[in-house]
Amino acid sequence: MLSYALRRLLGAIPTLLILLTLAFVMMRAAPGGPFDADRELPPQVRANLEAKYHLDEPLYQQYGRYIWDVAHFDFGPSFQYRDTSVNDLIAQGFPVSLKLGAASLAFALIFGIPLGMLAALRQNKPADYGAMTVAMLGISIPNFVLAPLMILLFAVYNDWLPAGGLGSWQNYVMPVLALGTAMMAYVARLARGSTIEVMRSNYVRTARAKGLSAARVVWVHALPAALTPIVSFLGPAAAGIITGSVVIETIFGIPGLGQFFVQGALNRDYTLVMGVVLFYGILIVLFNLAVDLLYGWLDPRVSY
Amino acid sequence: MEQAAHGRSLFSDALRRLRSNKAALASIGVLGFIVVAAVVGPWLSPHNYFTQDYGAIWIAPTLADAHWLGTDGLGRDLFVRALEGGRISLMIGFVATLVSLIIGVAYGATAGYAGGRVDGVMMRIVDILYAMPFLFFVILLMVFFGRNILLIFVAIGAINWLDMARIVRGQTLALKQQPFIEAARMSGAPAVSIIARHIVPNLLGVVAVYITLTIPQVILFESFLSFLGLGVAEPATSWGALIKDGADEMGRAPWLLIVPAVFLAATLFCFNFIGDGLRDALDPKDR
Repeated sequence: MLSYALRRLLGAIPTLLILLTLAFVMMRAAPGGPFDADRELPPQVRANLEAKYHLDEPLYQQYGRYIWDVAHFDFGPSFQYRDTSVNDLIAQGFPVSLKLGAASLAFALIFGIPLGMLAALRQNKPADYGAMTVAMLGISIPNFVLAPLMILLFAVYNDWLPAGGLGSWQNYVMPVLALGTAMMAYVARLARGSTIEVMRSNYVRTARAKGLSAARVVWVHALPAALTPIVSFLGPAAAGIITGSVVIETIFGIPGLGQFFVQGALNRDYTLVMGVVLFYGILIVLFNLAVDLLYGWLDPRVSY
Repeated sequence: MEQAAHGRSLFSDALRRLRSNKAALASIGVLGFIVVAAVVGPWLSPHNYFTQDYGAIWIAPTLADAHWLGTDGLGRDLFVRALEGGRISLMIGFVATLVSLIIGVAYGATAGYAGGRVDGVMMRIVDILYAMPFLFFVILLMVFFGRNILLIFVAIGAINWLDMARIVRGQTLALKQQPFIEAARMSGAPAVSIIARHIVPNLLGVVAVYITLTIPQVILFESFLSFLGLGVAEPATSWGALIKDGADEMGRAPWLLIVPAVFLAATLFCFNFIGDGLRDALDPKDR
């Protein structure tokens, strides 16, 4: 298993390199630069700035320098936030985003799995149709629609929850709901499908035939097998959370990585944008690896 | 596989199952209504989507002066703007899906039919592309190269073909083993015509399901971009752009948020129900 993990990590390096190169090329091909201010800078100041950030070197040299620095986990200085390195910004924004993302994922699993299993155990009965309609609604209402509607309802019309910022746990309620609802709905649909399949399998029939209680059959025998598709969904789910957090953080004014990314892209903060993209790339690679290892642990038939 | 064994009856079976699926039927009806409304609706109103009328700003939905769904802060009529936005959102949905369909089917069928090392390399490329956080590239594209509707089509289509390629490849691998393909090969048909005439038609069922599930994804994605202010440019609009404008003014004029949100959510809801219904109809093992 260790060698499998190592092989996967090595295999991710070319992927990340391609990602980095694409990001670099696009940033440099784009019109406009980080020092295009409303007021034209004096040529000497501009030259000094460009020299300081090595923007006056030939492109291949800048590229080489950047790759070298990144290989040493140094994402360089931010252009926009003077005197701050991209590493600092990521270290500042990531914990905030992580807290939001983890809470949303937990919400999705805690509510999605029971909802889906309930629907499966009452297949084609009103409870099933009800649960699946709720799930379909959850999938069909985008997070950027849900978030303003919730603000309208809970913050503007009724003064129940704060509309933005970070302070107490109440600040997290709406962002977590907005970010987690669609995922909850997907989890419920997956859980329903897999539970129906598992409940028809021979070993569950055996467990029933030998007289085990219905609860024991469901929770001990069926649950682990029913969870496997949900585990493999966690990879895309993590990517979805990251994407969603961009817009949710913007709506609720949460100072996380997503907001840094949007601001960085708008301000042409080359190093910040590339740093965040690369950081996300690494995160997704690691998360997918963890998911695959977890999968092997849940399903003994999978071997590496 | 099953398709070949059952021949034509699979489709009539599927059609029968789809007809008995009330949710899917209702969705087809609602969706048809939205599409027709988006196409002909704007002509029914005396207003157009871009004229500003400072004598009629922030009007709540009313029958007076034909501002059926109210107006925005520039006095533009929301009924017309919502339907005009629907035209753009739906068009992007269909066109970008078509782009991803063409790339995905061609790529997947080729990889699956060629097999061996070609398949290995082609699918490895797909794997690498899968790991890219594409959304970020699209955001960068929009920021750097301007908000160009053509660019949106291409960018979204270029991302979405990956899933399609994977699914089509899997199906092709299975189809390839069928005797009728072997017969075609024996009779000397070139690979290109086998793919085009024998493989692709047999993929239609799977592809149909997938199309109905891709269109809402694309619409959602475009709305997401527009919501971030990176989609279609003013005065043209889309549901995502309208939702963004509405969210900015929701305290004063909630209808500006609610109307496009209902249109968008209803459309996505219908597409998802139809996709589900089609999948159940073609492969009924879970229902």
